[in-house]
Amino acid sequence: MGGKGIRIEGLKKRYGEGDTAVHALKGVDMQVAPGEVVGLIGPSGSGKSTLLKCLGAVIDPTAGRMVLGDEVIFDDGWKARDLRALRRDKIGFVFQAPYLIPFLDVTDNVALLPMLAGIPNGEARAKALELLTALDVQHRARAMPSQLSGGEQQRVAIARGLVNRPPVILADEPTAPLDSERAMAVIRILNDMARQFETAIIVVTHDEKIIPTFKRIYHIRDGVTHEEAGEGRGFD
Amino acid sequence: MISLAGRDILHSWGKFVFTGVGLGLLIGVTLSMAGIYRGMVDDAQVMLDNTGADLWVVQQGTQGPYAESSSLYDDVYRSLLNMPGVEYAANVTYLIMQVGHGGHDVSTMVVGIMSGEPGTPGQPRYLVAGRHITRSHYEAVADITSGFQLGERIRIRRNLYTLVGLSKRTVSYNGDPMVFIPIKDAQEAQFLKDNDALIQQRRRNAENPAFNRPGIPGLLAAVNASQSANAYVNAVLVKLKPGTLPEDVAKPMRRWKRLQVYTRTQMESILVDKVIAKSARQIALFLVILAIVSAAIVAFIIYTLTLGKIREIAVLKLIGTKNRTIAGMIMQQSIALGIIGFVVGKITATFWVPIFPKYVLLEPLDSVAGFFAVLVICVLASVVAIRMALKVDPAEAIGG
Ligand SMILES: Nc1ncnc2c1ncn2[C@@H]1O[C@H](COP(=O)(O)OP(=O)(O)OP(=O)(O)O)[C@@H](O)[C@H]1O
Ligand SMILES: [Mg+2]
Repeated sequence: MGGKGIRIEGLKKRYGEGDTAVHALKGVDMQVAPGEVVGLIGPSGSGKSTLLKCLGAVIDPTAGRMVLGDEVIFDDGWKARDLRALRRDKIGFVFQAPYLIPFLDVTDNVALLPMLAGIPNGEARAKALELLTALDVQHRARAMPSQLSGGEQQRVAIARGLVNRPPVILADEPTAPLDSERAMAVIRILNDMARQFETAIIVVTHDEKIIPTFKRIYHIRDGVTHEEAGEGRGFD
Repeated sequence: MISLAGRDILHSWGKFVFTGVGLGLLIGVTLSMAGIYRGMVDDAQVMLDNTGADLWVVQQGTQGPYAESSSLYDDVYRSLLNMPGVEYAANVTYLIMQVGHGGHDVSTMVVGIMSGEPGTPGQPRYLVAGRHITRSHYEAVADITSGFQLGERIRIRRNLYTLVGLSKRTVSYNGDPMVFIPIKDAQEAQFLKDNDALIQQRRRNAENPAFNRPGIPGLLAAVNASQSANAYVNAVLVKLKPGTLPEDVAKPMRRWKRLQVYTRTQMESILVDKVIAKSARQIALFLVILAIVSAAIVAFIIYTLTLGKIREIAVLKLIGTKNRTIAGMIMQQSIALGIIGFVVGKITATFWVPIFPKYVLLEPLDSVAGFFAVLVICVLASVVAIRMALKVDPAEAIGG
C-alpha cells in the first residue's frame, strides 16, 4: 500500500523573480519510509509551509525531484497530469485547525472524499466508520462538527486525511490547539495509523511537547534540511 | 454521490427559508404585476366581447369611442341596418361618471343602450341577478362590482334610476363597473345643462334678433328646443350576419357612409396599443426593475453564503474536490433559493390577488415563464460567487 514512502531530492522553491526573489527552499533532501512518522521543525520563515505546499502539490517547486510511493510526481516539473487527483488519491492532509465541513456530520466529513471519487455512499460511510472506530470517535459518528470537542474534531480530521489510505500524510501543526495530553494522543494516533496503514507521515511542528516523540527529525533552516535522530520517546 | 448543496441547505435551512421568503414576496409582486397587465388586457377584451359587436362605427377621423370621443347622429344606425351583411346595429354612448352610492362616489362607465333582446349588441350579456332593462326610461343594470343593490335607486345626473339587474364581468378597460341605462336617458345625461345655463341660453336666444323674430312665431321655441335636445350618440355597434367577413362590410361603410369603421381586431389593437400602452410600459419597466432587484438579492445572499465558506472551499479543493463540484454546489444553492422564492411568490400572489381593486389575471403560462426567468436569474446571480470560489487557492488551507 505505502510503497516506498516519500523521497525528496534537491527540492528548490523560489518565490518571485529578480531582485525580490525569495529562495524559500534551497535544496531539500528528505526521505520518509512507509509506516514512519518524522518531525519537521525549524524557525519561522525557514520554509516548512513551503515544503508542505510543494509536497501537497498546491504550489510548483522550482527544481528538484519528488517521489511518492513508487511514482515520480515531480522531476523539474510535474509528472502527474492531474494534481487534483494526485492530492485526492495520494496525499492526506491534517491541519492545525480541523477545518471540518460544518454542514456534514462526522461520518460524511470523513466519507466525503470517497463519495466525491464516485464510491457508493454506503461503502464510503463504512470506510469512514472503520477509521472513526480506529480513532475511537465512532460514538460521535452522527454528530455535527460543531458538537465535538477540539480533540475529537482533530481526530475526525485525521480520519478524513486517512480515508483514501494515501501513502503520504502531511500534518501541519496538528497539535497546536490541543493541550499536552490531547497532543500526545494525536501523535499516538498518527504513529498507530502510520504503522497500520503503512503511511509515511510528515508532521510540521513547533510544539515542544511532541518533538521528543519523533525518532527522526528534519531541521530546516534557511531553506536547507538537516536530518537528526530524535528521542522517539513514548512510542517504541 | 452526496449533495453538498442540499446538506448545506438542510444545515442552515433557517437562513435559506428566511431569504427565500423575502425573495418570494418580491417574486409575488412580480407575478402580480404581470397579472395586472394581463388583467388590463383581459378587461379590454371582455369589454369588447360584451358589446357583442363585430364592427364599431364611429365619427369619421376618430379612434372612438374608447380611445377618443366620437359623435354620430343617432339615426345613422338605421341606414347601416340596411347594408348587406348587417344583422343588427345599435346606438351606444359611453360616459365616465361618478355615481353616488351610500355616501361615496363610485367611478363607473355609464353605457347608454338601445332596448333590444339580450344578446343584441350593447346589451349586458350575463346577469347574475334581476332582469334586463325593459322600459325605455329610468331603469339600470349595473356590474356587480359597483356594490349597488338590486332594487336600489341610484342617481345619475338629475334622474333616479331603479336597479333592475346585476351583471358580471362588465367593466370598462379601466376596470370600472359599467352601469347600463336606456340610450335616451344617456343622451340626455351626456349633454344635460344645468338650469342656470338653460335660462342663460334662452335669454340669449331671445335677445338674438335672428332667432326672436316677431314675424315668425314659434321660431324661438324651436331654436330653444333644438339646442337642449341631444341627437348624438358615440358609436354604432354592428353585428354581422353569420359567415360575413367584417372587412367586406366595413369597406362600403367607410366609403359610402363616410364613417370610420373598426373591426374587432382593430378595436383591440387601439385599446391595447394606445389606451393601455403606457400602463403596460410602466408595468414592463417595473418587471425589469424587480428582476434586477431579485437578481441583486440572490447574488448578494449567495455571495455572502459562499464568503462564509471560503475556508471549507479551500479545504475541499486541497483534498481534491473538482471545481465543477464546488461550482455546482453554489449554483444549486442559488437555484434552491430561487425555487423556494418562486413557490412562496406563487402562493402569496394567489392569496393577495383577490384583494386587489382591479382584475388581476394570473396566467399559468406567465408563471411558467416566471419560473424559468427566476432560474435564469439565479444561475446568473451565482456567477459572482462561483468566480470567487474558483479563485480560492487550495494552498490557503495549508496556511503560512
Ligand atoms: N507566496 C509567497 N511569496 C513570496 N514569499 C513567500 C511566499 N510564501 C512564503 N514566502 C517566504 O518564503 C519563506 C518561507 O516561508 P514559509 O511560509 O515556508 O515559512 P514557515 O517555515 O512555514 O514559517 P512559519 O513557521 O512562520 O509558518 C519566508 O521567507 C516567506 O517570507
Ligand atoms: Mg508555516
